[in-house]
Amino acid sequence: MTAGAPLVEVTGLRQWFRVGGGFFGRQDTVRAVEDVSFAIARGEVLGLVGESGSGKSTLGRAVVRMSVPTAGTIRFEGRDITRLGRRALRPIRPRMQFIFQDPFASLNPRMTVRQIVGAPLAIQRPELDPAARAGRVAEALQTVELSPAHLDRYPHEFSGGQRQRIGIARALIMEPRFLVADEPVSALDVSIQAQILNLLIAVRQKLGLTMLFISHDLAVVGHLCDRVAVMYLGRIVEIAPTRALFRCLRHPYSQALFSAAPVADPTLRRPRILLTGDLPSPLAPPSGCAFRSRCRHALPACATAVPPLREAAPGHAVRCIRDDVALGPPG
Amino acid sequence: MAQEPLLEVSHLSVTFATENGPLPAVRDVSFRLSAGETLALVGESGSGKSVASLALMRLVPPAPRVSLGGSAHFCAADGSRHDLLALAPDAMRRLRGNEISMIFQEPMTSLNPVHRIGEQIAEAIIFHQGASHRAALARAGELLEKVGIPDAHRRLSAFPHHLSGGMRQRVMIAMALACTPRVLIADEPTTALDVTVQAQILELLKELQHANGMAVVFITHNLGVVAEIADRVMVMYAGLIVEEGAMVPVMTRPRMPYTRGLLHSVPRIDPETLGSAPLTAIPGTVPDPLHLPPGCAFAPRCAHAEPACAAAPPPLEPAGEGRLVRCRRWRALAEAPA
Repeated sequence: MTAGAPLVEVTGLRQWFRVGGGFFGRQDTVRAVEDVSFAIARGEVLGLVGESGSGKSTLGRAVVRMSVPTAGTIRFEGRDITRLGRRALRPIRPRMQFIFQDPFASLNPRMTVRQIVGAPLAIQRPELDPAARAGRVAEALQTVELSPAHLDRYPHEFSGGQRQRIGIARALIMEPRFLVADEPVSALDVSIQAQILNLLIAVRQKLGLTMLFISHDLAVVGHLCDRVAVMYLGRIVEIAPTRALFRCLRHPYSQALFSAAPVADPTLRRPRILLTGDLPSPLAPPSGCAFRSRCRHALPACATAVPPLREAAPGHAVRCIRDDVALGPPG
Repeated sequence: MAQEPLLEVSHLSVTFATENGPLPAVRDVSFRLSAGETLALVGESGSGKSVASLALMRLVPPAPRVSLGGSAHFCAADGSRHDLLALAPDAMRRLRGNEISMIFQEPMTSLNPVHRIGEQIAEAIIFHQGASHRAALARAGELLEKVGIPDAHRRLSAFPHHLSGGMRQRVMIAMALACTPRVLIADEPTTALDVTVQAQILELLKELQHANGMAVVFITHNLGVVAEIADRVMVMYAGLIVEEGAMVPVMTRPRMPYTRGLLHSVPRIDPETLGSAPLTAIPGTVPDPLHLPPGCAFAPRCAHAEPACAAAPPPLEPAGEGRLVRCRRWRALAEAPA
């Protein structure tokens, strides 16, 4: 799968937000994404898992430059796009698209499907004549298995699954190279989830897409992704090829996360690692390893410095100073 | 089996009056719930699972906007039996939050944002048990401790917005358990939570159930959660029960094609078979409740449907092992591999 230079390369990315402030208020900094580095090869799907507050959505948005990163670099097709302004980004935008989580909030209720799906074309390719534009819209709808009869309907006439198809058609119409999908199936019923996942797999193969797939659902990520990165409080704590990760979990947080995911098979009973407490506030993360306050393997040394992301096996990196806590496959 | 069920629901139906005619949200639902038992109610959005539970709590709008049918006999702690659907509003108020209570899905919207959480928990204790304000607050502190909120007694004076989602859901649970209910209806109590927090909450419910012998109706669409907690499963589709039985047989050898479809739609975490085959999705979407098909409601999406399935609705019939199935073809399909 890996051929030549990666399509997307992120190095030391940091995304901080200032909160509070005002006349009397104290200003604080939320370190939503901290020192994140990874590369996605052409045609590869990288999964990003973590709980609410782990920074996975912030990271996804930063990678396609929906925000201005605080530090670090983002290279897309070999070009540094970290500091590009709005105008310089414009010719790059069509090649990187985004699918949003909520199919109810991400479609304009006053636009028809034809207008929604055609909007990126109208902005990026104003020179296209109406017939050519209509042709492209029809083609995009066909790719997501919606019928041309739907063209002049409004979002409220569709179910959640169909709306997510419209969102995918809108992302695909510019023929992107790179797609960031932020929890695209989380708001959908199980039976519909499977339809959308199958669709994403089909379009990925058909169009040779490279993807960053963000989800809190490990089974969904495992099904779709070539590699998986696990995030905790803004940092990647483990990253590995999917199968290697599922066979051997090396970070105590990944282990807890995997053991907490319920499995729809009553004959599989797994020992569960119960985490105590909640995610610490990203305003005041624990010193050293951010997970140490909830980690059952924590040592005094964990409090002194942030552990580096070290390679524990080929392609399998983990941010933990202990190498004696690896866990076999779940089940 | 000699034990009388705590709750016996017979032929429950809930119909909403809409501009476009009557909308049957729940149709002919019957089940029994015994002490200590966990019944999982499974189905997609619009299957009627939440409406059925709200109707049992009498939290649906009154007639003529909603019409209720059937009966729901509840066996109270003093041995008296009451039909929840026919009970006078003030008698219902004495049971609700006391002997029967409910946890709602959204801990963000179900707590009152302008009252301290201690007061919100104490309210039920004062109302139902006639406790003094001071005693009720002390009890509220104990409950918060029991549901695993650190520094519980100090948190009594916290407002809901001071707490995380997991903590708020714990407060909801503490509130629901304030009067040691005999029946707890939990409507997607963990859906809005992260998996690690969900694991904590499920563990907590199990512990409390073990301690009090409380019966639980657990409404969820997450089949993983069902496998974790349920004794029995009831699958609903378009307002009807389509399969019901003990959890393990239903989850491992589903008879109704819809149950099978749901189970096959879920990706499995297995490093050996990862992503090797496409998921078997159920095609199409749930039917419009205003225009239900004349035959089996699932027939338009069913891979095994025959012309007869679309002609007349199939009955809910026993399929061995104490299981009920609503499918004309379950015998033929039981022999075929899943």
